[in-house]
Amino acid sequence: MDRSEFAIKVVSPAAFTVALFVIWEVLCRGLNVPLTILPAPSDVFGALWQYRKPIIDNSWVTLWTTLAGFLIATVFGLVLGIAVGWHRALYAGIYPVMVGFNSIPKVAVVPVLILWFGLGEIPAVLTAFLISFFPIVVNVATGLATTEPELEDVLRALGASKLDIMRKVGIPRSLPYFFGSLKVAITLAFVGAVVSETVGANKGIGKLMLDAQASFQVPIVFAGLLVLAVLGIALYAATAAVEARFTGWAFRGQANR
Amino acid sequence: MAYGRGAAAVKAIEDVSLDIAQGEFIAVVGPSGCGKSSLMKLISGLHPPASGVLLVDGKHVDGPLKSVGMAFQNSNLLPWRNALENVLLPLEIVEPYRSGFSKQKYAGKARALLESVGLQGFTDKHPWELSGGMQQRTSICRALIHEPEILMLDEPFGALDAFTREELWCALRDVQAARKVTVMLVTHDLREAVFLADTVYVMSNRPGRIVKRREVKLPRPRELEVTYTQEFQDIVHELRAMIGKH
Repeated sequence: MDRSEFAIKVVSPAAFTVALFVIWEVLCRGLNVPLTILPAPSDVFGALWQYRKPIIDNSWVTLWTTLAGFLIATVFGLVLGIAVGWHRALYAGIYPVMVGFNSIPKVAVVPVLILWFGLGEIPAVLTAFLISFFPIVVNVATGLATTEPELEDVLRALGASKLDIMRKVGIPRSLPYFFGSLKVAITLAFVGAVVSETVGANKGIGKLMLDAQASFQVPIVFAGLLVLAVLGIALYAATAAVEARFTGWAFRGQANR
Repeated sequence: MAYGRGAAAVKAIEDVSLDIAQGEFIAVVGPSGCGKSSLMKLISGLHPPASGVLLVDGKHVDGPLKSVGMAFQNSNLLPWRNALENVLLPLEIVEPYRSGFSKQKYAGKARALLESVGLQGFTDKHPWELSGGMQQRTSICRALIHEPEILMLDEPFGALDAFTREELWCALRDVQAARKVTVMLVTHDLREAVFLADTVYVMSNRPGRIVKRREVKLPRPRELEVTYTQEFQDIVHELRAMIGKH
């Protein structure tokens, strides 16, 4: 990374973030905004430090429920996506059902999950899973369905079976779609876990924020939001790094080769 | 070796009768949509004929022929594989190479083939690092690596500029001369057909049928210079006159 690139990729976003916090701080102090409406960043960071122990404990719960749900969604989405992309009849049959299912707001499903599994981490994991598998299925199926027919002819003329074509062409070809969908899915899984914690749970950042709000400890609520933002960025960045590692060939326009 | 007659269900082609000798280079020309590509799919066994018989090597064709190599206008290389790995693809599918396939075992063979079409030094490049002509050369190598008896080319040079196209004619000419492979070339370009082929077949509009069979007796090896001779031009004119008349 040379100097101008460093300036663009590191200095510029850092400066922008700091500026945002400074403006926020100045506005809160200048306009004398009450702590219970909008705490200044200094108050939020103060709360973050003061309550670091419960915040870390609860972040950990949110993180692992998100990851567990995401992992299940990845495996399930990959299998279902390959199945749907494999066979047109399967595609025609499953797709409308999935669209219907996907259009149900997942927050409405959480009470049912709590009814079945009780308060705890399982509803959060399942909500994260349910909300995040759909984009994976759709992307994998699309990647498989758009294999060039001529390329298929080349292989079929050699006597390749459907499985051969999948293994040699279909699956590698759909990998960029798959990894692209993971970036969307991880964000959704995170949303799902937090939504579930907010509706009903005994642990997690969502639950912590709910409790803090009930007792008007607004700086803790904002500290929770801050932690969520940082976790969200970290999860997204990790997935994007995995994507770049495995599908570098799909980004050939860029200078990362 | 004799190919029989066939007619595709949509009547893309009708009553087409071709006899192709082993090691012969034939070209099929005709207006677009006349069923040239259908004929190719028929012969390769990808589409069964609605009626008639298709014989390759004296045997009925009732499924994809493994002794066929195909290349199209679009090189269709796999972008995640480099040139060498792309060429190796058929060996991962066709017996007897498939069992016991390893990259090391056949890399030499693939590299030699790529070098024979002038791609030395580019074997480790990925498709997007190759020019259009190089991609097409790689695609032809991929069609040849499993030593097919018939090489089927469907407008392989259609998307290339005129100079690159002529370069590739020579590359194809040399590879065919060296390997004695039977080639069926489908093309729009009459000069290309006359320059490369032993026999040129002209097809009519849909439903396609063969309206003309013209042997090209120009001596081999042919240099590009031959395309400027009167004899060459006369053959091209003669073929041109047959197109669109039926």
